[in-house]
Amino acid sequence: MIEIDTLKSSIFGLQKSQNYFVMNLHEFQGKQILSGYGVSVPMSIVAESPAKAVEAAKEIQKMTGSDKWAVKAQIHAGGRGKGGGVKIAKSIEEVELFADQIIGMTLITPQTSAEGKYVRKVLVEQNIYYPGPYPVSEIYMSILLNRATSRNMILYSPRGGMDIEKVAEETPDQIFTEEIDPKVGLQAFQARKIAFNLGLSGTAFKEMVKFVAALYKAYEGSDASLFEINPVIKAADDRIYAADAKVVIDNNALFRQIEIAGMRDLNEEDPIEVEASRFDLNYVKLDGNVGCMVNGAGLAMATMDMIKMSGGDPANFLDVGGTANAKRVEEGFRIILKDPNVKAILVNIFGGIVRCDRVAQGVVDAYNNIGEIEVPIIVRLQGTNAEEGKEIIDKSGLKVFSAIRLQDAAALVNEVLK
Amino acid sequence: MSVLVNKNSKVIVQGFTGSEGTFHAGQMIEYGTNLVGGVTPGKGGQYHLGKPVFNTVADAVAKAGADVSVIFVPPAFATDAIMEAAEAGIKVIVCITEGIPTADMVKAKEFLKGHDCRLIGPNCPGVITPGEAKVGIMPGFIHSKGRVGIVSRSGTLTYEAVDQLTKVGLGQTTAIGIGGDPIIGTTTKEAVELLMNDPETEGIVMIGEIGGSMEAEAAYWVKENGNKPVVGFIAGATAPKGRTMGHAGAIIGGVSDTAEAKKQILTECGIHVVDSPADIGTKMLELLS
Repeated sequence: MIEIDTLKSSIFGLQKSQNYFVMNLHEFQGKQILSGYGVSVPMSIVAESPAKAVEAAKEIQKMTGSDKWAVKAQIHAGGRGKGGGVKIAKSIEEVELFADQIIGMTLITPQTSAEGKYVRKVLVEQNIYYPGPYPVSEIYMSILLNRATSRNMILYSPRGGMDIEKVAEETPDQIFTEEIDPKVGLQAFQARKIAFNLGLSGTAFKEMVKFVAALYKAYEGSDASLFEINPVIKAADDRIYAADAKVVIDNNALFRQIEIAGMRDLNEEDPIEVEASRFDLNYVKLDGNVGCMVNGAGLAMATMDMIKMSGGDPANFLDVGGTANAKRVEEGFRIILKDPNVKAILVNIFGGIVRCDRVAQGVVDAYNNIGEIEVPIIVRLQGTNAEEGKEIIDKSGLKVFSAIRLQDAAALVNEVLK
Repeated sequence: MSVLVNKNSKVIVQGFTGSEGTFHAGQMIEYGTNLVGGVTPGKGGQYHLGKPVFNTVADAVAKAGADVSVIFVPPAFATDAIMEAAEAGIKVIVCITEGIPTADMVKAKEFLKGHDCRLIGPNCPGVITPGEAKVGIMPGFIHSKGRVGIVSRSGTLTYEAVDQLTKVGLGQTTAIGIGGDPIIGTTTKEAVELLMNDPETEGIVMIGEIGGSMEAEAAYWVKENGNKPVVGFIAGATAPKGRTMGHAGAIIGGVSDTAEAKKQILTECGIHVVDSPADIGTKMLELLS
């Protein structure tokens, strides 16, 4: 049994992740992928205007007989219902009204930033809470990597429709996991075990076994990092549906997932981060006042920590990578300087293959090319040709402070912030 | 002694004739590593950098006695290279490649279970035993043969620690970069264990970061089995929740994988935690004096 803490940490991390390593998809895109692998999803159509939403609702009514519709905001964040981004329409007029309210709103949910996210599209969906002979139930199901064992696992609970973190806290005995042996993949007995543990029988049991098998196939087939289906609905006629779909794809696998790679929605990403990614710069915007540019992720995080200890607050994370050449250094400066809160910039490069004298020249060139840099820059160069690098900086006559030891750089940060 | 690699290691490079492989193989030879050849399928029989090229790892093992391999194969083919090395009987496989799909690593890690070998990485700078063998991409000149072993998830932050240890005169026995991916061959705990059991290593520097539970596992092991001082640093105290910082593994999910929580566990387990990365070398010097 996986420790609940590890579990919460993995799920929470992936639920909220928005970065360089994984690709988030909209619900409608996730459902397209699921459906392609035979996972049962409600009929739905994406719409960018109230008029299109009405058309969609009519089409869904024709195909399924549904006389109620869910109208759901399409943004890259969960908890949409809490912010008023998911509504149930009981008439075509309501579909139009709700679509009009939701499209163009700025939705704030527990998983967005405080500013929220602008909604451009809604998904109009068949109502799957229709009446029938059996009770409707909501189930939780996710698939993700268990880092402790390096295997994928299916995590599920009969308590669906609510935050899994809350379930883990209140009723940890209601959370089950099933780990998949990579040699043979998901086995039928495992799918049956899941259906039994969910308390299903009869048709619902059989449907769930099929559902789980298709879902795992979709997970493997799409190189996903996370599937979170919350809730999975057992409808009143014992059919099983993926009512929601949080689908996160492993960026490293996009080279073989061409169709999915094409689903990237730049509107959902921070524009500065998008620009940085074009130059292969791994940039994350933060709220502080000291910008930093570092080669290597671990050293970048350590540099941010050092800024904090020196009395500043990191304004960003920026890893210029293994080939910190002049061009990338310049782009790095341009990106950091877009943030008006930046009061100083610390460049921290440990030269290995990268030669410090070249980086230093890059800094000087960037300084001259950009011009009008008002904030003090501290450059700490260590490793290959560090002394030569410091000399170039010191002789440049620019308002750039240079250091070789890490603690000297920290002291300079403290100095310039005074 | 040292661990994993030494002057007797017979090292091959997979992806030998590619640009990365060529550059770093040259650097390794220059450092004095006993590089006995390389593998590039289809180029067997040729010579590259004065060393024989083999078609398969099995050939390199049979003809050159290779027992260590360092991999510079592109991400799409890297796990195939790892498995080929394992199947051929290579004992230490160091995978430098960055950007391997996680699904491929799930399969490769499972495959390795049936083989008598150790994988370091992927997405790592490699392993170096100063003065004996450099198996990776780290700058050789900052290292010096000495008394302290290093385990780290990060590249340049490892160089930082190495440099400090060199400058305070302690030097290194072996520095192991274990890699920043969600699935890696050798965990922090396993690497610490290797160094703890190495008679030449007098102290250990353990560099971790936010995300996952590897450092905590290593700390609990040290508490039970430790017999030499360990200095710990955890990067990412200022990283916000839910954003990964550079390494796919570096993400704060719950309370247990923040830098603060990890530092506390490390301290409770008797590890000497430094808050500033600038203090790693001086702290170790203080402990070993």
